[in-house]
Amino acid sequence: MNARTFRIGGIHPEENKLTHEVATQVAALPKQAIFPLSQHIGAPAKPVVAKGDKVKVGTMIAEAGGFVSAPIFSSVSGTVFKIDTAIDATGYRKPVIIINVEGDDWEETIDRSDKLETVKEHPELTPEEIVSRIKDAGVVGMGGACFPTFIKLTPPPTAKAECVIINAVECEPYITADYRLMMEHADEILVGLELLMKGAKVTKGYIGIETNKPAAIDLLTRKCAEVFATSEYQVEVVPLKQRYPQGGEKQLVDAVIRRQVPAPPAIPVNVGAIVQNVGTAFAVYEAVMKHKPLFERYTTVTGKRLQHPGNFLVRMGTPMKDLIDACGGMPEGDNKLLAGGPMMGKALTSVEVPICKGTNSVTIISDDEAVRKEPQPCIRCAKCVGVCPMGLEPYLLAKLAEVQNWERSEQEDVVSCIECGSCQFTCPAHRPLLDNIRLGKTTVMGIIRARAAAAKK
Amino acid sequence: MYGVIIALMPALLVSFYFFGIGSAIVCATSVAACVLFEWAINKFMLKNERTTICDGSAVLTGLLLGFNLPSNLPIWIIIIGALFAIGVGKMTFGGLGNNLFNPALVGRAALLVAFPAQMTTWPKVGQLTSYLDAETGATPLSIMKEAIKNGDATVLDRLPDSLSLFLGNHPDGAGAMGEICALALLLGLAYMLWKKIITWHIPVSIIATVFVFAGLLHLANPIYADPVSVVLSGGLMLGAIFMATDYVTSPMTAKGQLIYGVAIGFLTVVIRNWGAYPEGMSFAILIMNAFTPLINNYVKPKRFGEVAK
Repeated sequence: MNARTFRIGGIHPEENKLTHEVATQVAALPKQAIFPLSQHIGAPAKPVVAKGDKVKVGTMIAEAGGFVSAPIFSSVSGTVFKIDTAIDATGYRKPVIIINVEGDDWEETIDRSDKLETVKEHPELTPEEIVSRIKDAGVVGMGGACFPTFIKLTPPPTAKAECVIINAVECEPYITADYRLMMEHADEILVGLELLMKGAKVTKGYIGIETNKPAAIDLLTRKCAEVFATSEYQVEVVPLKQRYPQGGEKQLVDAVIRRQVPAPPAIPVNVGAIVQNVGTAFAVYEAVMKHKPLFERYTTVTGKRLQHPGNFLVRMGTPMKDLIDACGGMPEGDNKLLAGGPMMGKALTSVEVPICKGTNSVTIISDDEAVRKEPQPCIRCAKCVGVCPMGLEPYLLAKLAEVQNWERSEQEDVVSCIECGSCQFTCPAHRPLLDNIRLGKTTVMGIIRARAAAAKK
Repeated sequence: MYGVIIALMPALLVSFYFFGIGSAIVCATSVAACVLFEWAINKFMLKNERTTICDGSAVLTGLLLGFNLPSNLPIWIIIIGALFAIGVGKMTFGGLGNNLFNPALVGRAALLVAFPAQMTTWPKVGQLTSYLDAETGATPLSIMKEAIKNGDATVLDRLPDSLSLFLGNHPDGAGAMGEICALALLLGLAYMLWKKIITWHIPVSIIATVFVFAGLLHLANPIYADPVSVVLSGGLMLGAIFMATDYVTSPMTAKGQLIYGVAIGFLTVVIRNWGAYPEGMSFAILIMNAFTPLINNYVKPKRFGEVAK
């Protein structure tokens, strides 16, 4: 079968998957765990513990702060040290709960056995029950955007879900956490997918994987044939041609089912698709079947200069420094530290930033690779227009933001930008296209919100 | 920029082969003058700290200007052309990336208007050691023009055959030094397509439009030359491959580039057949350069989500 891909734009960054064949290690417990209250899209969670409280692994420490929000659970046992602020991945000081770790004492409700539970064995799991367990376990999208999963499973009445697409693309360079997860926990992921399909009341599922992961394609195709052979669910593993940003939700939907999500505010379910990351499918399995809330995740710690880059199963709240030390310590010289990969990752200001729900990777780029070349004048070569996966004109959007023409920026669909950085990656004149477009997008979105608020009054 | 310069090398070598020392003098003067003006204007008039002569754009403008000139043009005229190209065509608009018109063509157009006699007499090929004293001859385009003017199709019998037009080696032939050999220019096109410096849209749409339009005219009335000769004559290949494809002055989207290319092809044939000058390529490109911002404004790429299900 020919590998599919999305239809507009795209680039081929160097892969640098250094840790593809490095088996996942369980990261050591931190001495102190830091839990930012805002680890997801939406309202920050509200603390339900106070200084001095004793918590166990899996104890809820903050409840959802609104409809679009998610509760946060302790990943460690110990004493709440304080509720304070700390620098998170955004670079700002944000409210956090800090817990001093004592032992490793889990809540009794969590099933810690390795036994694979299947959907067939649990007829008590109605769609509503599945969605409510996912919601209560604080599961959010694990690919980086951290949108609460239960909301995606209950689409607005104007849209009807037809299928669930598992995002196993991992098109971002360096990161291998999803790949390791698939190789090590394929069975659990397939049960997770079944739960997602049941929760969303659909029977069709897809798993999109890029062809640079042939072992994962083989493994999952084989397992799907076994698991879903006699089932009411139809699941298809879809090999995808390597192309960045295929892991973008809209690009993946286009690649897999040949439908394009219209401009915002439309979301994938408007064309019938619910997209979930493979990490999310695994978290759903653990949440529903094992009563285990979301407090640990698979994370890649990588970089060309690291002595032993690797993949880790890590408790959230662990400072990045602990993981970097486990990989042989921060390399000599100046380094750029990223939460995420080199294309979409956020540059961090501190190694004390904790691993959160969305931290799929800690990437260390050496200064000679990280330093930006001096921008040259735009010669309108149109390379950015050719690679933009959203069919936008990056040169124009960047220029409009530079001259602060917000009205025209809005007309030129700046809010459709998915911030994949393909334009900036391609620009032969090294222009900071994405930086300017982000500025334009943020400003225009603010203007749109203000207008909507004014219209309500 | 340097990729385009590499792509021009076959045509440059061919021009040395056909026009010898004259070609070398014209090219060297044009490139040197363009680079010098770029440097001087940047330093003394715009007072930019950063020099822009290393980006290769001035060298490219110089080469393209040289390719458009007769190989017996006096040095002082070439220098005036370079001043127009870089000074008026490029730096007055703010330098690299901001110019509306192709600088080399601005230079050529200015010289054509200011020095019509010198700019329309073309040396014959094969005079390797002559420069200012080179013997001149009729270009294929002036033969075509004469046929139309006299309403006499037999004039066209004097046209060289298509193969010699393609290779540029017709003994009586004459023309601008860089445009003489279609084969060398097509090699440059192949290189630029291979290196993904340009896409096929502009050159193919120009050449196809000229071929179809000229073909229809030829069928309607034989005083119009056959389309193969029309496509292989004059600056059409040079213009379609190297001048119209200039990043700065051509549209950004594939659809826009096709509109631009078709319009250039159409205007070229109109000017060649019914205009005052035998060659219309450079004016057609300059006219469409002026439309480029308008095309960019109205022809948008297909946004994600607009594609039918």
